[in-house]
Amino acid sequence: MSPLNIEKGSTSHSAYDLRSHMSDMVETHTLAILVENEPGVLARVIGLFSGRGYNIESLTVAEVDHSGHRSRITIVTSGTPQVINQIKMQLERMVPVHEVQDLTVEGPFVSRELALIKVIAKGEHRVEALRIAEIFRANVVDSTLQSFVFEITGTPEKVDAFCELMRPLGEVRLARTGVAAIARGV
Amino acid sequence: MTRQMTGAKMVVEALKDQGVEVVFGYPGGAVLPIYDEIFQQNGIRHILVRHEQGAVHAAEGYARSTGKPGVVLVTSGPGATNAVTGLVDALMDSIPLVVLTGQVPTFMIGSDAFQEADTVGITRPCTKMNWLVKETDKLADTIHQAFHIATHGRPGPVLVDIPKDVQFATGTYVEKPQARTAHYQPRLAGDPAIIEALVEAMEQAERPVFYTGGGVINSGPRASALLRDLVAETDFPITSTLMGLGSYPASGKNWLGMLGMHGLYEANLAMHGCDLMINIGARFDDRITGRIADFSPNSLKAHIDIDPSSINKVIHADFPIIGDVTHVLEEVLRVWRARGAKTKAVAVKQWWDQIEEWRAVKCLRYTNSTTTIKPQYALERLEALTLGRDRYICTEVGQHQMWAAQFLGFEDPNRWMTSGGLGTMGYGTPASIGVQIAHPDALVINVAGEASWLMNMQEMGTAIQYRLPVKQFILNNERLGMVRQWQELLHGERYSHSWSEALPDFVKLAEAFGAKGILCKDPKDLDDAIMEMLEYDGPVIFDCLVEKHENCFPMIPSGKAHNEMLLGEADTQGVIDAKGSVLV
Repeated sequence: MSPLNIEKGSTSHSAYDLRSHMSDMVETHTLAILVENEPGVLARVIGLFSGRGYNIESLTVAEVDHSGHRSRITIVTSGTPQVINQIKMQLERMVPVHEVQDLTVEGPFVSRELALIKVIAKGEHRVEALRIAEIFRANVVDSTLQSFVFEITGTPEKVDAFCELMRPLGEVRLARTGVAAIARGV
Repeated sequence: MTRQMTGAKMVVEALKDQGVEVVFGYPGGAVLPIYDEIFQQNGIRHILVRHEQGAVHAAEGYARSTGKPGVVLVTSGPGATNAVTGLVDALMDSIPLVVLTGQVPTFMIGSDAFQEADTVGITRPCTKMNWLVKETDKLADTIHQAFHIATHGRPGPVLVDIPKDVQFATGTYVEKPQARTAHYQPRLAGDPAIIEALVEAMEQAERPVFYTGGGVINSGPRASALLRDLVAETDFPITSTLMGLGSYPASGKNWLGMLGMHGLYEANLAMHGCDLMINIGARFDDRITGRIADFSPNSLKAHIDIDPSSINKVIHADFPIIGDVTHVLEEVLRVWRARGAKTKAVAVKQWWDQIEEWRAVKCLRYTNSTTTIKPQYALERLEALTLGRDRYICTEVGQHQMWAAQFLGFEDPNRWMTSGGLGTMGYGTPASIGVQIAHPDALVINVAGEASWLMNMQEMGTAIQYRLPVKQFILNNERLGMVRQWQELLHGERYSHSWSEALPDFVKLAEAFGAKGILCKDPKDLDDAIMEMLEYDGPVIFDCLVEKHENCFPMIPSGKAHNEMLLGEADTQGVIDAKGSVLV
């Protein structure tokens, strides 16, 4: 028997080749999902993504309506248009999911992430860190003689850029919230 | 007036309010209060199985043959984990089930208590929805919701996990009409504009085909009746998936037989060559489509499905119709009739001529023998000798299942119980028990292979206890037939672990259970032996020794298209390439 010759990127190792004839342009979408705030709902959503092999680039969740028992999950995901469509359909049919909005498709939206960045640095590097923080409008929320903790809010790209500038100045430790997003206007 | 009662009592009350007549279950420490309530009432019948997997499959058989949800009651820990295979089976085949599991008391959850398992965690991807109920006041509401969700939209299994202290505590019973169900109301009616467009396409179609699935059966008997009207009035050919058999009668003149990997030549070539495919309640499963890129390349495709995620999942739909089959077919028929009930009759007649040519190939032909029983012959005789009876057929999974689908004819929906999506060996015996409980006077036959049958044979004890005259018709080739067939075609005839060296004596086994055993190995004795089985008033294990190396044809090899079918042994040399062999 000849060696197996599976095309790169083919899905045929798991089932019939589902995607070869469809667009394979990978797109990034931000989904806002309104769910019933009940135990296990986050596990249910995450389980869908891992069980069906979808990507999660970022995920945030918090209660948004206490009396109505509603939470909002914001997921940034990537995939071909067919996969993105499946993700939305699979989410929508879940019993505790009330609404799925594809912010990327529905129009302009605001997305923000908060990060806390600890920079451990000495001498001139401390001064440089403060100067860069000012440019990025990051706040100092903790300071010792060896370190600063900066708080920065912005797009993931802005947070990335800030971190990259900090790294040469000293040791960087990072905590990020992931993206929260909402549509502009009404 | 509010009613106060214990959680255990609420379970029984809620089941009664939901019209439940039968519960399949197995007791244990964490469900003792509920079993105590069951003991003190007569409204609900409890069927004691021998293994929790058997309880779930029995409930599936009950549900599939009645259209009502099946109900299961099992204990915590191993009781729940044993039920998992059945849950996934029901999820894949869209069978409505309500499974109640006991759980350790709320104050012990998380302490690795005796017989504790994270049941809702384990079963979350195995159910349509599940709940852990931590307050007795919420128990009745949750059970009512569970029935609502299991039976509305695309049906499926749901699970309610009930800690033991919640069963003991007293709370307020929520009546069925007060339960919270408003948040789950799937859309039933299809989009009128798309239905109109579909009808237009039907009027223009020259080579149409109906491709129907389990959704027609799940939608209820009215859906099958409407489908029959639509087929009769349009004169379009119709094929069905494994799960949809019986929604259109096998004796109907437009019937092409089952399609798919082991489907009929005429059905698959009609799918390949059609110009309009009307999918009603099927999901373009990989057993149906073969190689996606070459699936029915020149057709417009309509897809009617209640589950929006089924549409465009695998195959692009030109007419995507989200809705319930009954509602949509009613509308299709109404619009089609209102527009004058037109079709391109001449073209459709030519299409039928083409189909008749394919049919003339007689793809189910096989070489019979006077010395060994061929499995196909055994099923042909079973079909002939049970024709016209009030008959329900279950199967296990494998070659025998495909032969049963090919050689037995189904005239009505809800008469055919088989594990399609998950392909669960061990499904048939407990399913036959569930069917017989629902239809005590009917003839219930489980067509089995000996290997599948051994997987849940303990349920013969249940059959004996409840005097259920289920007929276990075992096509015994002493092989895992389908595995052996794939090893022959794909793995250089290296038969790795695909035969059983130590099979029981099935006749003695039957006698040990208290059933009747029949052994048959000569084709000349077959009719008499089958009649003996049918006439015996009680459960029978029929050990039918068949040809050991028979392959199931027709077959679309993995990774091939519908027009690349194998019709028999002569076609099989070197047809499956290395790429095909990695597919399932």
